[in-house]
Amino acid sequence: MIKCENIFKSFEGRTVLNDISVTFETGKTNLIIGRSGSGKTVLLKTLVGLHEPDEGEIYFDDTCYTKLSFKQRKAIRKDIGMIFQGGALIDASTVYENVKLPLDLFTEQSEAEKRERVEFCLERVELSHAPHLYPSELSGGMIKRAAIARAIVLNPRYLFCDEPNSGLDPQTSIVIDNLIQSITREYNITTIINTHDMNSVMEIGEKIVYIHTGYKWWEGTKEDILYADNKELNDFVFASAMAKRARGK
Amino acid sequence: MKFLETLGRYCILMGKVFSRPEKWGIYYRRTIAELDQLGVGSMALTAIISVFIGAVITIQMAITLDTPFIPQMMIGYATKETMILEFSSTVIAIILAGKVGSNIASEIGTMRITEQIDALEIMGVNSAAYLILPKIIATMIFFPFLAAFSMIVGMFGGFLVARMGVMLPSDYIDGLLYYFDSYEITYSLVKMTVFAFLITSISGFYGYYAKGNSLEVGRASTTAVVVSSIMIMIFNLLLTQLMR
Ligand SMILES: Nc1ncnc2c1ncn2[C@@H]1O[C@H](COP(=O)(O)OP(=O)(O)OP(=O)(O)O)[C@@H](O)[C@H]1O
Ligand SMILES: [Mg+2]
Repeated sequence: MIKCENIFKSFEGRTVLNDISVTFETGKTNLIIGRSGSGKTVLLKTLVGLHEPDEGEIYFDDTCYTKLSFKQRKAIRKDIGMIFQGGALIDASTVYENVKLPLDLFTEQSEAEKRERVEFCLERVELSHAPHLYPSELSGGMIKRAAIARAIVLNPRYLFCDEPNSGLDPQTSIVIDNLIQSITREYNITTIINTHDMNSVMEIGEKIVYIHTGYKWWEGTKEDILYADNKELNDFVFASAMAKRARGK
Repeated sequence: MKFLETLGRYCILMGKVFSRPEKWGIYYRRTIAELDQLGVGSMALTAIISVFIGAVITIQMAITLDTPFIPQMMIGYATKETMILEFSSTVIAIILAGKVGSNIASEIGTMRITEQIDALEIMGVNSAAYLILPKIIATMIFFPFLAAFSMIVGMFGGFLVARMGVMLPSDYIDGLLYYFDSYEITYSLVKMTVFAFLITSISGFYGYYAKGNSLEVGRASTTAVVVSSIMIMIFNLLLTQLMR
């Protein structure tokens, strides 16, 4: 479980996050949705500690992350996997080296043990054929999958995904969504996913938080979302024709 | 005011860069890679520029010192002194600031804007040290070697034009051997070590704090080259006062 209480964050006097309190549940795919620029990425980065909140507390299970020292945070970072909006693979390293990097940094395993683990993760994301390729040689979907492999290589307890399927075709998107969901269930991870894709919402939205202009505007499940009584949320949801049709049925 | 703020941020970053590394093995491997990329990768450019400048200085000196009162070997001597004292350290440093500095700033800047640095931070890495320290160590080790290399190649360039008939090659060699002071070489190599630190740390700084898009990265890399070049000039003056 990850919980944040009354988070505020502003940049140069402009408030981006306004009093956000949410609980994200373990073993479920928790979705943060909202329009472009609404503050999803900032919220995610604040949760993992890449931005310091101006106010508010963040809890990882029972530990209050915001009160920890740099050293203590490092221990929790080991349990965090993150997939960035653009993949953020290290350009100078191959897929194999990218996935191996967290093992180099956090473990004392032998090269053989590391190789076994990396190969397992690459297989999980169906990239066994591409360990020697550099990020510039990968397609968008392969980059996302390599990023997933890197994020899960240390068996994280918390998984953060910033728009894991943006820029991908609908079929590949669903493959990625389902991959993340099955990993979440299999290892009982607390997963938080940023998205503005209604397909993902209907596919894997076990818990959904709608962010609007930096405020938490609505929260619920994919079952409720089509019938929610909230103008901004409705505008967001029914901007997609598919959702309109679903409601029509 | 802006200057003091920038200087402060630079110092804080250097504090992060030089904090004790978590795992030596990784830094060792990265330093070797940087030695190859930043150091060995600059040898060809250094050689080309040095051989031509050595040749041109010899020709210029031959014209300037063309009087019966000055022995011909002074041409070789002047070429040697110019190369050792200023060209092979200061001018080569400025050229390397252009090549290596822009490379470092744009590489690290791109890593910043594509969230690669955030990804490293999430993995618990001290990203400043991980990215910048191996480059600083590699250049501080290798650039003095490049300076020495440039001296030799430059003097060879002079020899080539001497052979082509600008002067008697044997006089040229006599000039090179005339009044050899090893302190001059030490002085030049020490300067180069300082310049290496300036180029790498300043370029690393501008790259690390790049934000926005590719335009900003381009701008950061230009700023990095300009600022390192100016700093090289200032430190050249200071070190010359201090050491000579
Ligand atoms: N480092 C920063 N400094 C200043 N402002 C920032 C910074 N990061 C984000 N912002 C601002 O915060 C707001 C929210 O940005 P954010 O990246 O969270 O949007 P988002 O919801 O992730 O959008 P998208 O769906 O396009 O990724 C934007 O208006 C942006 O300009
Ligand atoms: Mg975003």
